Amino acid sequence: MQKKTIFWGVLAVVALAFPLVIRSPYYQHLVIISLMWVIIGSSWNLLAGYTGQVSFGHAIFFGVGAYTAGLFPIHLGLSAWWGMLTGGIVSMLVALFVGWVCFRLRGPYFALATLAGGEIVRLIATNWESLTEGMVGILIIQTFKSKLPYYYIVLVLAVACILVIERIMKSKWGYYFVSIREDQDAAESMGINTTLYKNISLLVSAFFTGMAGAFYMNYMAFIDPEVVFSLHFISIMAILVGIVGGVATIWGPAVGAFIMVGLQETFRSSFFGLAPKWISQAHALAFGLLVIFVIMYLPNGIVGDWATIKRLVFRTRRTAG
Amino acid sequence: MDVFIQTIVSGILIGGIYSMIGIGMTLIMGVMGIINLAHGQLMMVAMYITFVMAHFFHVDPYLSLLVAMPALFLLGAFIQKTLLNPLIKVESILPENQVLMTVGIGMVLTEIARFIFSSDYKTVKTSYSSSAIFIGKISFNVPMCIAFGFALFFTALLFWFLLKTDLGRSIRATAQDSEAATLMGINSSRITVITFGIGSALVAAAGVLLMPIFYLFPDIGGAFTLKAFVITILGGLGSTVGAIVGGIVLGVAESLGATYIGMGYKEMVGFVIFVLVLIFLPGGLKRLTKI
Amino acid sequence: MALLEIKNLTKSFRGLTAVNNVSFEVHEGEIVSLIGPNGAGKTTIFNCINQFFPISGGDIIFRGKSLKGMKTHKICRLGIGRTFQVVKPLKRMTVLDNVTASSFCRINSIQDARRKALEILEFCHLLDEKDKLARSLPIGGRKRLEIARALATDPKLLLLDETAAGLNPSELDEAIDLIRRIRETGISILVVEHIMKVVMTISDRIHAINFGQTIAEGAPEEVANNKAVIEAYLGEKHA
Repeated sequence: MQKKTIFWGVLAVVALAFPLVIRSPYYQHLVIISLMWVIIGSSWNLLAGYTGQVSFGHAIFFGVGAYTAGLFPIHLGLSAWWGMLTGGIVSMLVALFVGWVCFRLRGPYFALATLAGGEIVRLIATNWESLTEGMVGILIIQTFKSKLPYYYIVLVLAVACILVIERIMKSKWGYYFVSIREDQDAAESMGINTTLYKNISLLVSAFFTGMAGAFYMNYMAFIDPEVVFSLHFISIMAILVGIVGGVATIWGPAVGAFIMVGLQETFRSSFFGLAPKWISQAHALAFGLLVIFVIMYLPNGIVGDWATIKRLVFRTRRTAG
Repeated sequence: MDVFIQTIVSGILIGGIYSMIGIGMTLIMGVMGIINLAHGQLMMVAMYITFVMAHFFHVDPYLSLLVAMPALFLLGAFIQKTLLNPLIKVESILPENQVLMTVGIGMVLTEIARFIFSSDYKTVKTSYSSSAIFIGKISFNVPMCIAFGFALFFTALLFWFLLKTDLGRSIRATAQDSEAATLMGINSSRITVITFGIGSALVAAAGVLLMPIFYLFPDIGGAFTLKAFVITILGGLGSTVGAIVGGIVLGVAESLGATYIGMGYKEMVGFVIFVLVLIFLPGGLKRLTKI
Repeated sequence: MALLEIKNLTKSFRGLTAVNNVSFEVHEGEIVSLIGPNGAGKTTIFNCINQFFPISGGDIIFRGKSLKGMKTHKICRLGIGRTFQVVKPLKRMTVLDNVTASSFCRINSIQDARRKALEILEFCHLLDEKDKLARSLPIGGRKRLEIARALATDPKLLLLDETAAGLNPSELDEAIDLIRRIRETGISILVVEHIMKVVMTISDRIHAINFGQTIAEGAPEEVANNKAVIEAYLGEKHA
């Protein structure tokens, strides 16, 4: 108990002091993006890991959130910050429709229906130029020059997201979500309205993912459909963050987010310029290999399989020593 | 009216190839119960094989069938044996880990292709690439017709194989009830390996046949995986006849969409049909809701 | 008035009639057994009662309300709990969490739900296993977990689907004891059972079906001596 308090205390101090100590905008940027992925990964995990409804289309909610924010300045002349809350809410409305259609299907068919949904939304955003500016994308002017405000905003969002999910998982909703994952028929016969609770899980997940999207718009100041509705770099990345860190764990996606963003950056920068340039081309390849490796050997992710990892490391050490 | 007929004709011709892609996916779906999200990527590999054969060895694309199909059969069988079958024993919270695995495989194939061939568009030009036969005012693109013919041939061959050979019967038995099939003495893990091989070989054929008509780049695989998925859903999962119908429907629908709505929305037509099927024909898709 | 009334229930699957014109009642406080050879349509009747399958004809009335077309979870809330022949434990949840999740049917607060779950686990002799994952339970424990989970929803009527199948003799006696204790709390029970020892000791009435149709109904001794029943069901073993 004592140890735990100290751990969280230290983590909180590190989180709050980080941008004041590390002044490099480059590292600040990486941590901001990681925190954004903490939100997306945790939201995906609520739906997929806890409720068992694996979404291959979280780009829908991210993109809708981002575009909601982006439309404020271009159509209403308002700040894109108005999109933060509205982005989450509009994402929820979209999720309502997605759920209505996709929850008719179970298991892998649900997964693929969401994947198709993501592609549909991307194509709409690309072609509905009067609303979205199409392929040109939306460019706004950043509110702040410094990264500090963005850092604290996304930190608050990420912490809020994790706390809300943790709270949910300790309540009736949480029990219902996991019951649905474990056996939908049993859940129904226990009096659980499975359709309703799957939708609740989806809505919460979409809300936070939409907020993350709106944050992305404000922070990056540029979006286009290929970026925010990307199958690989949003929907699949969300899955990777979840499974690498550990599905159905509170902290798994948070760990996964930092690892995945770190890995992405390591490759993108060719191991920070240490490796030959062509390595930067291999980053998607490394992602693919990582997926295969994790599914094969760490099916419950780093946090979920932590006991196994510790045991393996421990054993190797012993044989080595 | 001519435009309309022309649109339908083109749609049916391309639909024949789509059917072949869909059948491969359906076969894998039926036997293993998983959706292969690397399906289009396997097709892309076959297309690159065709490209290499044509570009470096000046082999006619259609002759590449003899190389690409066996090669992809082996690749598919290898994937099933070393990457998918072992997963059955891996305990994981997400039941979709086999599907996720195919996503990973698809990414790896795409990126390896990008590594070797870069993201540039490649084409295989043949003397007959743009030749066409006219019947009345309706044109029939020659490579499309050849492709359609091959598609019919391979489909017939597959049906013969499934209905008349022992191996084919074992595959159908496994698709219907894998536990019962195992009890009857069928080696289900061998069957899954062969099925994945056949599915891959079929999509390889589709890729080779598309090569004289289409351009090629690494990301083409993803687009075709989605098409294959839409076809499989349209046709009713696990049904080979359904996949043929689904392929033709998608081909015609895309063609109509491109002519009457606009090129930009062509890709979306399939998805819209897909969503409409889900919303308005849930009865027709009954069996996928209770898997 | 009967608690549950099955009226001319018919269920067919693509032309194949699994249940044909079956009628019977379960009264308050009663234990009724549904018997019949394999494939007679017993489990199908259960699946019709809680509407896993839409029924093809007839009606099912529970406390004066028709269940036709109602959603499964609503039926549970009305007061019908059920267990599954092929048990469906929520494998990666602990035994306690399995029952807690079920207790939320009538309770919203987690403390109360957990307290209730503990009471029920004690009642079902599962308290010692409460922190084990459900998948690690042996078959006897899983069967009791099914019952515990159904009880946690406060049913007026409990549907038990082959609760005794696969149990050893001592577990069997325990199961019989458990069913009796459940009845003492005022819950009516409809049982599908193969094991005649269980059926004969616990039932107030027996309803026998074969090929989806009623062949006999009455007190245990009556039905056990019924010629049609002996031929259809017991006859299998005696022949």
